[in-house]
Amino acid sequence: MQIVVDLTRCQGYAQCVFLAPDVFQLHGEEGLLYLPAVPDDQLERVRQAVAACPVQAILMGKGVSAGAE
Amino acid sequence: MPSDLRDGRIVIVGASLAGLRAAETLREEGFAGSLTVVGDEPRPPYDRPPLSKQVLIGDVPAEATALPMRRDPDAEWRLGVAATGLDLLEKRVMLADGESLSYDRLLIATGTRARPWPNPEEGALQGVFTLRTIDDATGLAEALAAGPRRVLVIGAGFTGSEIASACRERGLDVTVAERGPAPLVGALGGTLSRLATLMHRGHGVDLRCGVTVTALHGDGNGRFTGADLSDGTRVEADVCVVALGAVRNVEWLAESGLAAGRRGVACDAGCQAFNMYGIVINDVFVAGDVSRFPHPLFGYQMLSLEHWGNAVAQAEVAAHNMLNPGPLQRPHLTIPTFWSTQFGLNIKSVGVPTYSDHVVIAQGSLEARRLAMVYGYRGRVTAAVTVDMGKVLDYYRHLIETAAEFPPPPGAADRAIAADIPIPSDVPDPKGLSHEPVVALTGYLPDRRLMVVQPVG
Repeated sequence: MQIVVDLTRCQGYAQCVFLAPDVFQLHGEEGLLYLPAVPDDQLERVRQAVAACPVQAILMGKGVSAGAE
Repeated sequence: MPSDLRDGRIVIVGASLAGLRAAETLREEGFAGSLTVVGDEPRPPYDRPPLSKQVLIGDVPAEATALPMRRDPDAEWRLGVAATGLDLLEKRVMLADGESLSYDRLLIATGTRARPWPNPEEGALQGVFTLRTIDDATGLAEALAAGPRRVLVIGAGFTGSEIASACRERGLDVTVAERGPAPLVGALGGTLSRLATLMHRGHGVDLRCGVTVTALHGDGNGRFTGADLSDGTRVEADVCVVALGAVRNVEWLAESGLAAGRRGVACDAGCQAFNMYGIVINDVFVAGDVSRFPHPLFGYQMLSLEHWGNAVAQAEVAAHNMLNPGPLQRPHLTIPTFWSTQFGLNIKSVGVPTYSDHVVIAQGSLEARRLAMVYGYRGRVTAAVTVDMGKVLDYYRHLIETAAEFPPPPGAADRAIAADIPIPSDVPDPKGLSHEPVVALTGYLPDRRLMVVQPVG
């Protein structure tokens, strides 16, 4: 599974950092860096982070699977 | 043309963020016809912002940045093949492999590419990079991991600054060369560019402003070894990153008759493309970095944005309008917003900072490196930029949306003393910079002299 955080919307509440610290990290006071490819053992934690985000900025889903022709 | 707009053939040219979000929105809004997405890169849509941040630090491999889908758009993906031409009359897109695709409605979302180093031979030296694609980022991250003596970054816009920040985080020596007076000055104006200068220097960047790079040098084996600067100095480095901004991918439209030029493809507020005479072409839409569109809050000037959030919002509006008749169409009125993370600071911007004559620091302070700066043009709020104060940005967005008076009225308990002292916004002409604003006003205001008469002799 892949995630993308809408950092336009993110306001640095850092609920995701608290719930899934191996995936989301704050760089400085409010700059969020994260792993776009979610490791399998982190899926449940990331699901919680997606639900807990106060501004609903995290999208989790599959990537497009079409390869090159 | 099918009478039912929810059927027929739609082609999207561009398989990045805007193309993917448009494809999803088309299905969300009930499009049941055939959908083809064409992309020149061989990869499915991926997210570019991490490429200059997580990837360069070494936290994330570049190829792990695939964009998640909101829903499967049930599209045919033609990846690794560029569009080479467009016939508006026949309604066909020509492809690099010799095939062509016919459409009922077309979305142009071909985005931008990195501006290359102007001397192709020097630009081809091993160790010289631009940063736009996964392949660029993979190569650059490997070069940084190899522990170069020094990295030279040409251009101190957002991308150049983020690259320099990542290099320092990896403990690498880095020199940044910028033609303008300071980093980020083209996007944020004078005051915040001085903060940016402090951040570069405070983190150990060898920042050289007011200089241009005049030549890149290689050893006998085609490996980059250093560069000459216009002040006569030479920088010895193993890696060079050319961060001179972006070029819009419009060449394939040159013969099409659309209003496509180096500023992008012009369209109306409903994302419908203009032809070269300024006439709307009903079945052709534009979204994302390649577009250029009028915005009522900024004097109906045409805006060119290189913003993640704009690509998403404009793609959604374009997709909606592709499926709806005129009276049900929506305008793309999103306020431009972007962010950058560098040197441990989070910079967020709303509105158009370059559309300004004065600024005030409304909250926080430069000393605290935590502030909200508000930009005004002719007595009205047009933009705000926060440094590590993202939570207040929505308030200023509201002021912009309502064309509130500048300087802004007291709205916060931590209002700074500087809030009542407007100072010139000091936004320079981008021609004198190595970087470009990521929001560019590309229309004309009668009071701005855009032509200069130079006396001869």
